[in-house]
Amino acid sequence: MIVADKKPIEEIIEEIKDKRKLLVLGCNECVTVCEAGGKKEVGILASALRMYFLKEGAEVKIDERTLQRQCDLEYLEEIRDVADQYDAIVSLACGVGVQFTAERYLSTPVYPGVNTCFLGANEDRGLWTERCQACGACILARTGGICPVSRCAKRVLNGPCGGSTSGKCEISKDTICAWQLIIERLKALDKLDEYEILSPIKDWSTDRAGGPRKVEREDVQQ
Amino acid sequence: MRLQYPTNIQIIRVPCTGKIDVIHVLRAFEKGADGVYAVGCMEGDCHFNSGNFRARKRIAQAKKILDTIGIGGERAQMYNLSSSEGPLFAQIASEMDEKIRKMGPNPIKLAKKKAA
Repeated sequence: MIVADKKPIEEIIEEIKDKRKLLVLGCNECVTVCEAGGKKEVGILASALRMYFLKEGAEVKIDERTLQRQCDLEYLEEIRDVADQYDAIVSLACGVGVQFTAERYLSTPVYPGVNTCFLGANEDRGLWTERCQACGACILARTGGICPVSRCAKRVLNGPCGGSTSGKCEISKDTICAWQLIIERLKALDKLDEYEILSPIKDWSTDRAGGPRKVEREDVQQ
Repeated sequence: MRLQYPTNIQIIRVPCTGKIDVIHVLRAFEKGADGVYAVGCMEGDCHFNSGNFRARKRIAQAKKILDTIGIGGERAQMYNLSSSEGPLFAQIASEMDEKIRKMGPNPIKLAKKKAA
């Protein structure tokens, strides 16, 4: 899922302090799971903002709404009738949701309420770690199911590099060397022979190097 | 025992302090409460193992938000005591009452009165 982190409330306040009618818009998908922008967080932010404005002596109306998804038109349409009544929308969705909302509702400024971080997994309660960089050309079949693109600091394809010591990366002693994991995994799978095969130079054009990307599938188009 | 404690304290019963969420604390302040404190079981004695630890973390989160918006994080507190400690309950109530009185009323309450 897309992992996001809470944006400091003071940062959000700074953006919207001169607005008088606000909609705090949550998203029921990834950001709900990573506890940054779901219905619960919408309630907390709206309550905090209401108190802030009251204390400042400003009369501000703050509404709360949480959509199933902000990255899908059919759900975004649910606020069609009300969106232009607000001075601003604070979207607690990931960067995709914020942008999509802004694209659909041109007369109302949309502000981000979370910091979108990465594509990751929920490793433990309150701990999310990066697992994918969406490079557009998956090589996990060759690397024992461990991704060196997202988990190696250098994105080395024939690792480990000289910075790997006792299974840890040189950038931090808390960062596990992805290539150490790959070798251990290949060994466990009795596929260490595959480690000997050199990876060719990766075509980064499917990554961000080729500019903004799109997936177009005629088979599901109308 | 017939212990005395300040009458301005409204007790809200929850099945376990682990039920308390940040939003409950914030709503109380939004509605004009001058202070909110959670009284959980002793740490390590939670019937549900971690309810009181969760409450402590959530109160800490609420404190942070209250500090950020200028209400004062000190208005929210977490206490732990066992069910047999009636005198301590009364003592905590007086302590909290005194502390909040020193801090003055909740600025939200004042702002609401002013606006009305």
